[in-house]
Amino acid sequence: MKAKAADFLVYDKELGIYRVNPEQAVRDDVEKHYWRHVGQTIVKDRRLYLMLIPMLLVFLFWRYFPMYELLGCFKVPDKVLPVSQQYFSGFSYFKRLLFAGDGLSTDFWRAMRNTFVLSFYGLCFGFPMPIILALFFNEVRSNIARSVYQVLTYLPKFMSTVVMTSLVTMLVKQGSLTTGMGIVSRALANIGLISPEVANAGLLNNPAYFRAIYQISGIWESAGYDSIVFFAAIIAISPTSYEAAQIDGADKMAQLRYVVLPSILSTIVIMLITRIGHLLNVGYEKVLLLYNPNTYVTADVVSTFAHRNGMGSGAGTGIAAAAEMMNNVVGMILVIGANTIAKKASNTSLY
Amino acid sequence: MKRKLEVTELIFKIISYTLLTVFALCCLYPFVYAISAAISGRSAVEYGSVVLFPKDVQFDAFAKMFSDNMFWNSYSNTLFLTLFGTIWSMLVAILGAYALSKRRLLFRTFFNFFLVFTMWFSAGIVPQYLNYLATKDVFNSVGIMDDKWLVVIAMGMAAMNIILLRNAFEGVPSEIEEAAIVDGASEGQVLTQVFIPMSKSTIATVALFFAISRWNGYFWARQMISNSNEHPLQVFIRLRLEQYTDPEVMAGWNESFASDSVIYALIVCSIVPILIIYPFIQKYFAKGVNVGGVKE
Repeated sequence: MKAKAADFLVYDKELGIYRVNPEQAVRDDVEKHYWRHVGQTIVKDRRLYLMLIPMLLVFLFWRYFPMYELLGCFKVPDKVLPVSQQYFSGFSYFKRLLFAGDGLSTDFWRAMRNTFVLSFYGLCFGFPMPIILALFFNEVRSNIARSVYQVLTYLPKFMSTVVMTSLVTMLVKQGSLTTGMGIVSRALANIGLISPEVANAGLLNNPAYFRAIYQISGIWESAGYDSIVFFAAIIAISPTSYEAAQIDGADKMAQLRYVVLPSILSTIVIMLITRIGHLLNVGYEKVLLLYNPNTYVTADVVSTFAHRNGMGSGAGTGIAAAAEMMNNVVGMILVIGANTIAKKASNTSLY
Repeated sequence: MKRKLEVTELIFKIISYTLLTVFALCCLYPFVYAISAAISGRSAVEYGSVVLFPKDVQFDAFAKMFSDNMFWNSYSNTLFLTLFGTIWSMLVAILGAYALSKRRLLFRTFFNFFLVFTMWFSAGIVPQYLNYLATKDVFNSVGIMDDKWLVVIAMGMAAMNIILLRNAFEGVPSEIEEAAIVDGASEGQVLTQVFIPMSKSTIATVALFFAISRWNGYFWARQMISNSNEHPLQVFIRLRLEQYTDPEVMAGWNESFASDSVIYALIVCSIVPILIIYPFIQKYFAKGVNVGGVKE
């Protein structure tokens, strides 16, 4: 905004002169004694700042201090000394992870690849399902029937990750036909989708099936719940749009293509961008609960790699921190990039 | 033309109903199967003859679980963590969000950034773990030996929820606030008697999010709580699952019911409370998605 003379000066009719605008005088004063002004405001609004303190402390202690611990990835590990007193070692852990070519390094690359693959499959299979489901919900005209469908499909979302993975584990459990093989493995073996040997050994022990189990359980868990936002966009479409399209002779497919799709496109774009932003935040808890040493080949992601090495008896916290550092920096770039694109595309910032 | 329209409409409708029904049944089936398997006889479960309905009904698996002290212990621990965790999270979040919603707050941009940055960049689980160990020492040194309190205070603070609350508070018209101030309300009264009543539904939604994440919390509870008497339900379920699916441990199983039945019984018991309150909270849950994330 361009400054105008009237901002600074006002005409004093009694004296017939221009004087400094009193508001501007206050502004000048604030500028001159900025820190005094800050102090006075804080004292005046002290209750407001007191309210802020618990939140700031919680975030400082349990969100920002870990970032300080993360600096361990640049330091020589030491069991006794805290991070602050360890010596800097430069990028040795990063070099080790990326270029050493030994078992640890190949494991890291495998984890990195698995992270991307799991996320990418999630994007390909997990993302369209809620949209399709929302289209189907829209076809159900009876409110009662639709509520029943919705209640049933939201249901799995209410389970915890532990209960969900326990159910999955039990349903595809190992065992022979007479000693408690999981009911789903049994059914798949009966209809010939998997061989009986594979079913006997347990699907979760077979690296070839891990990704499928992960994605299918993911869709089962959250497709219904994720469809809420798309369904809300669909029911917001005015009925007159459909009528107009029908008069123009549009069949159902044409209506979906020319009425529904354009109306929910912005929602789809926003959700897609958000999803891409969180591409690297694979749910480590779920992987951790479903994987085992037999399936590391396809299941091990960066977080679980770090978990094994940093919290178990692995290569140490420095290596683990370096692995997570790389994962999280790439993740942050994706989130910020996605947010910027969303801002440009729709004028809505996600945060 | 008209005929073609009707035909495609009908076909799409049939496809919709069919696939929706299939998907809804798929969502429901594991729960039904879990209940049936929990109360079926040993041979029926192990030979796989239980498909939908229970066979040779027994309730010994439930009885075995109910007689396990650890089960009740873990249940009460979960209730404790959910209750106090939600209260603590809500207290911190409401106070912080209220302060952040005020335009007159100095350094507001900085405080917002302080919050939002944690959504962009997280340190990862290993640094967090090291940090929790360090704070655990601090807690122990001031005499709080119970790990439960560390979990209550340190966990489950999500920036997203605070932002949801802040947006709701920003939506309260400033005239109402001014009127309250003119009437002599203090800052605390403005918050408790104007802002909280006026954003009840968002507060309910956020409280629900906090409560669910507390109820479902597993990973950090397992890492942080060393005393097995203090483990919450989720950790208990997982430990039992690890024990009961280990063929070597289960080789000597000679009860009248299958070992699987115990796990299914446990799963049923952990979701029954949620199913009971589900009808009451569903609308807040659905609302949360629509307000979530998008801010102008």
